[in-house]
Amino acid sequence: MATTRTRSLLARIPNPRLFCAGALIMLAVITLIVIGMVWMPYEPTAMSPDRLQGVSAAHLLGTDKMGRDILSRVMYGSRITFLVALGTMAIGAGFGILVGAVTGYYGGIVDEVVMRVTDGLFAFPTVLLALVIVSLFGSSTLNVMWALGIAFVPSFIRVARSEVIRCKHLDYVKNARLMGVRDARVIFVHILPNVSGVIMSNVMIGFNNAVLSEAGLSYLGIGSQPPYASLGQMISEAQEIFFTVPSAVLGPGMVIVLMVLGFSLMGEGLRAAEGRMA
Amino acid sequence: MSNITRKSFLSLSALSAVGLATCGSDQGGAQGGTSGDTDTLTCGMTQDIDSMDPIKAESAATRELLFNVYDGLVKPDVEGNLNPAVASDVSVSSDGTTYSFTLREGVKFHNGEVVTPEDVKYSIERYRDSTTGGSLVSAFAAVDHVDVVDESHVDVVLKEPDTDFLAYFAIGITPASVADLEADPVGCGPYKFSSRSPLEKVVLEKFDDYWDAEGTAYIRTVIFKVTTNTDSIGMELAGGSLDLFYRLPEAQLSQLSEDAFTIYEGGMNLVQALYLNNAEKPFDDVRVRQALAYAIDPQQIMDYVSGGKGAEVGSSMYPAFAKYFMPELNDVYNQDVERARKLLDEAGLKDGFSFTIQVSNAHPQHIETAEVLKEQLAAIDVTVDIQQIEWSSWLSDVYTGRKFEGTVVGVDASALNAPSMLSRFASDADNNFVNFSSAAYDKAYAKARAAIDDDEKTELYKECERILAEECASVYIQDLPSFVALAKRFTGYEFYPLYAQNLATIQPSE
Repeated sequence: MATTRTRSLLARIPNPRLFCAGALIMLAVITLIVIGMVWMPYEPTAMSPDRLQGVSAAHLLGTDKMGRDILSRVMYGSRITFLVALGTMAIGAGFGILVGAVTGYYGGIVDEVVMRVTDGLFAFPTVLLALVIVSLFGSSTLNVMWALGIAFVPSFIRVARSEVIRCKHLDYVKNARLMGVRDARVIFVHILPNVSGVIMSNVMIGFNNAVLSEAGLSYLGIGSQPPYASLGQMISEAQEIFFTVPSAVLGPGMVIVLMVLGFSLMGEGLRAAEGRMA
Repeated sequence: MSNITRKSFLSLSALSAVGLATCGSDQGGAQGGTSGDTDTLTCGMTQDIDSMDPIKAESAATRELLFNVYDGLVKPDVEGNLNPAVASDVSVSSDGTTYSFTLREGVKFHNGEVVTPEDVKYSIERYRDSTTGGSLVSAFAAVDHVDVVDESHVDVVLKEPDTDFLAYFAIGITPASVADLEADPVGCGPYKFSSRSPLEKVVLEKFDDYWDAEGTAYIRTVIFKVTTNTDSIGMELAGGSLDLFYRLPEAQLSQLSEDAFTIYEGGMNLVQALYLNNAEKPFDDVRVRQALAYAIDPQQIMDYVSGGKGAEVGSSMYPAFAKYFMPELNDVYNQDVERARKLLDEAGLKDGFSFTIQVSNAHPQHIETAEVLKEQLAAIDVTVDIQQIEWSSWLSDVYTGRKFEGTVVGVDASALNAPSMLSRFASDADNNFVNFSSAAYDKAYAKARAAIDDDEKTELYKECERILAEECASVYIQDLPSFVALAKRFTGYEFYPLYAQNLATIQPSE
């Protein structure tokens, strides 16, 4: 393990091929989103009399019921969906890892209480939690981020806690403590970097779940408000025109598939690492 | 108050409801499906009826079915007039408190008994009896007492003058001798009850001794079949297990062949509008409301939302209410962006403004309308934020709480009289959710309510509609389209201006 430090970052990933495939897919999706930030073929909310058009040179993915360009809406919708996934992870993983690491390190009564609360949160359906938050604070993209973020906290608490518990009796941690390193430094500088593989692969899978949950919630009409639509909302709205303009469903559907596939492959690539080490 | 509207809205939202699995009975379907048979008509409905007793009729589906079984003292026609039915004549005392009915001779109940003044007295007293828990108690609470004058005359005395009360007498007259209408539904309508299998079907038979020779039914047997799965209606129609379905989703029209079905297009009988809170700035300024009305184009909304179908409205009255509807009000504001800008300028809002439209997330047509409105209003620099809310929050916050700037919704009538569309705009009405306040309107409305002569009354109600349009209480848009599919071997479907489906007019097409 002494050579680990000298290896390149990529080589530390035990299954770099899976990881790279995932990263390439994500790069494609992010490119689509970035292009959408500076240029879109049409204004995504601009209606036109050219309703329900199929695929053509003027509209690469056709137009929807109100004559809006589907490609432009997919570009905009991907941005919303991606941002929600990012925000959800920032809240869920950020908070979850912090709490999990600290309670796992100290143990005791606080640990017990936090774990039971976590169990409770786990038992609570995500959609119901989101509905409660949205009906209390109104339906907006930000509130969906909070709702999903809070729903994702427990899984990260568990992962971070169990990893920290596993490591805290290892020699290098004991060493550090004997040398008088402060607890916070032991947790965040010594332990967490050593378990980052497991945690990162969970973050990737979490991204996935966030994309899918957002699509699911959008499908129920919770989330960004019309005329702006996330990918899930676009699919929901396109149900009734599926046979007329299939690209209205397939376009946003493809992007969701790519996002999920990209994150999955990246997560798998990282996870294989832990599998081999254990 | 909100109760009545709630009921009607629920029936509207039932359109989009995805139900449970369809009941698997094909008995009715097999009978109805034989293509040459014109003795049996199978009609689909998306939910089972509440009860066969008119006092418990809440849902639209129930009221529509019972319309065929029970006749009232008066009966509405397709234009919204109330014609004498069980009563051959009605007169209202000059003070508007006493309704005197002359009963038609020889009207028979389905059980063979002749309708007597005692039956009328019994029925009306039953409707207003609060211990029955009936849905009509609130309306009939206005009745003070019922007098049987002689063997063919009945006087109904109200607690307070109300010359629009006649519409409520369309409710069914039932025999005093039958206590349990649920078990033994007896009325005097064109169809009599035959059998009912809960959650499956209700079977009605033609009543041969119907009082009105012209209104007698043509089809011998009508089966109302419960088909809760709205997605499969098109298939059931195409497969022949249904002959008639009203309120068919637009998307399913394409599945029906033109050779097998006649599609009737009518209205949902509601007024869809961008309802503006007249008490909120800047909508307290009539010029701002008018500017919005000039900025929008209802036809474009209809094009985008329902493929060009629907009927434009210019005031709080829908076209099926032919007696009161004024098509000329549709042209009070034709799209004119320049004029809209000028009005905003005069109101001191040269640079436009922004406001929020709250819309129920259960009604896709209203959400889509709001999206088109946002686009159209952007042309005059008015920025719209659309906020979808739960139906229950809509009722409590927007409708009852009046905490909103703008909302898109459809408002319909609970009874066949003008006040059910117009009363809410009187400045002191407790269901005036748009906070419209106009001295001219209050005056015209009070005058209309007090008028005894029907022509004069109608004119005054029309005056009210004109004031609503001119003062632009809200931005009126359309009556949403409704589609009815009827198998080609039948003909004669007619749209009514309220929840009623008259199957007696349907006849074999040859």
